[in-house]
Amino acid sequence: MAAITLSHVVKEYGDGYPAVNDVSLDIDDGEFVILVGPSGCGKSTLLRMVVGLEDITDGEITIDGDVVNDKAPRDRKLAMVFQNYALYPHLSVFENIAFPLRLDKGKYSEDEVRARVEKAADTLELREHLDRKPANLSGGQRQRVAMGRAIVRDARAFLFDEPLSNLDAKLRGQMRTEISRMQRRLGTTTLYVTHDQTEAMTLGDRVAVLKKGVLQQVASPRALYEQPVNLFVAGFIGSPPMNFLPGEVDGDVLRLPLTEVPLTDDLRARIGDRDLVIVGLRPEHLEDASTLDDDTRGTGVTFEADVDVIEWLGAELYAYVPFETHASVEKTLEELDRDLDGEGMRTQLVAALGSEARVRDGDTAELWFDPARLLVFDPETGENLTYDGESARRSDEESVEERRRTTERAHRRAEAARDPAA
Amino acid sequence: MRTRTKVWWWVGGLLIFAYCLFPVAWIVSLSLKAPSDLDNGSFLPSAVSWQNYQLVLTGDASGLFLPALRNSVGICLIATAISVVLAALCAYAVARLDFPGKALVLGLALGVSMFPVISIVTPLFNIWRTIGLFDTWPGLIIPYLSITLPLSIWTLSAFFREIPWEMEQAAQVDGATTAQAFRKVIVPLAGPGVATTAIIAFFLAWNDFVYGISLTSTERARPVPAALAFFTGASQFEEPTGAISAAAVIVTVPVVVLVLLFQRQIVAGLTQGAVKG
Repeated sequence: MAAITLSHVVKEYGDGYPAVNDVSLDIDDGEFVILVGPSGCGKSTLLRMVVGLEDITDGEITIDGDVVNDKAPRDRKLAMVFQNYALYPHLSVFENIAFPLRLDKGKYSEDEVRARVEKAADTLELREHLDRKPANLSGGQRQRVAMGRAIVRDARAFLFDEPLSNLDAKLRGQMRTEISRMQRRLGTTTLYVTHDQTEAMTLGDRVAVLKKGVLQQVASPRALYEQPVNLFVAGFIGSPPMNFLPGEVDGDVLRLPLTEVPLTDDLRARIGDRDLVIVGLRPEHLEDASTLDDDTRGTGVTFEADVDVIEWLGAELYAYVPFETHASVEKTLEELDRDLDGEGMRTQLVAALGSEARVRDGDTAELWFDPARLLVFDPETGENLTYDGESARRSDEESVEERRRTTERAHRRAEAARDPAA
Repeated sequence: MRTRTKVWWWVGGLLIFAYCLFPVAWIVSLSLKAPSDLDNGSFLPSAVSWQNYQLVLTGDASGLFLPALRNSVGICLIATAISVVLAALCAYAVARLDFPGKALVLGLALGVSMFPVISIVTPLFNIWRTIGLFDTWPGLIIPYLSITLPLSIWTLSAFFREIPWEMEQAAQVDGATTAQAFRKVIVPLAGPGVATTAIIAFFLAWNDFVYGISLTSTERARPVPAALAFFTGASQFEEPTGAISAAAVIVTVPVVVLVLLFQRQIVAGLTQGAVKG
């Protein structure tokens, strides 16, 4: 178990392109940190530099105080789970999991190897598959064998490289919780790479968002959700993604394509002398006004919207409202869409309404939102003008406290399971 | 498919089958004819006679044939073994690494295999005679390497490329050195590929005629294809045709059997890497 420190790490390829550009990250002992970002952002490259499969152009990577820049993967004592599992097809599941133990000749006796492999297999419920070959296993089982191979040695940290991207949605959900449980129980430092923001939000103690090799923000999932530091992070976290609308400053109001919002003093101060900003509003913060009581309605802004398409999912209803965006922010928003691996063909507002909403295709609906939920961004730099550092810090602290409690609880459960009489 | 089309396919298939195998069938039938029977004007022997085989294996022609067979088997096996080992090392580097000169190495390998053998045989004869490699096993093994290496490198690198790099990387992360990763993970997985390459290389060496006849002079090193040519002059029988046919059958049949047994692997080896997946 170890702390990993990345200090101004740079990875440049032959043509000078920086795949990883000056990334600094501190991972505490026992922490579960996620590297997330769209394809090509450098997260896998960063992970491979930590494990030793890629050279480091500049900067330092330290594991437990030792600088490991020049050490071979085998000397770093890390365990890695690959995206396509990388199981050895000619060996049985037992031999696959025992492989790392057998490499160190003489260190483990045959009985010890067997005991360790069986313990790992029990943790991952692979006992009855130990004699089978990987080719005969399902995707989820193969994934668990890959994890078994990682946990069987006493590695200092676990590294996961998009382990769930080859699984179907339902299996992904189930494996996510297994990974979470496993990490809590073992308490090993974990660095996890994914492009799926759901995994990032649910698994991580802290999440590092990367874009084109540059670290955008490192914070707890809650802080990323509530206090994104720029347009990219705001658009990346959250599903469905945040709505971005152009906002024209006009005296005391902020004019949006579908409605107007009164400017508070605080907001005016933050906007300064910009006359055009980008306003962000999450789909889940929009409600169907007809389902609200009068008191709640009064606290927010109501507006009419022409609903073009609706998607009813049982628990939620998504309403899509196309709108005309401002020419000067159109380019910025399109660029943002491409950065987020999107291919949007039109600007539209998405509202995630509860299932009681009575909105139909082609209806004109009355939608409501609380203007306090709006985020305001600078249209050029993408910086979040409404960023509240204090609130973000508090969320991070809460997250640390929660992690401590969950780890303790997991340890207590493990103790109880080992020694029921105690 | 309609029956008429099917019938035409069958007819066409049989025609091609007959056309390809007719010479082989002829040689087999020739080998089974007694020397006096050779002019009998019919395809089949009037009476099956094992005389030719006796001649070749235990009789007067055996002094020429059996040593040649021994030479061929020995030289080809050694050439194949060396070729496969060298090609494996080269193919592994070619499949995994990107080094300066990689295109040159592959291009050279291809160029060497395209080069007309007959044009370098005379200078090689001179060189071999000068340094004393003429009419020796190494004197043939070395040129045979130039025939077998290019194809072995190409075939094996296609096989190695099929093995995902993550295998060795996972082994390295698990604690293996590069050598251990190669030995424990790659070698077992590449086994079928190596076997296929060895078979293909063996056939290439076995079938060679030009080197065999130019770089040898006695039964010390003369391989079988060359020895067959000498049946004509060296023997004193009325018509060595029968003996030649018998020798040809003895030499060809095992090769055919091997190919039939391993045909799936051979085809896979030749088309490996042509289409991904």
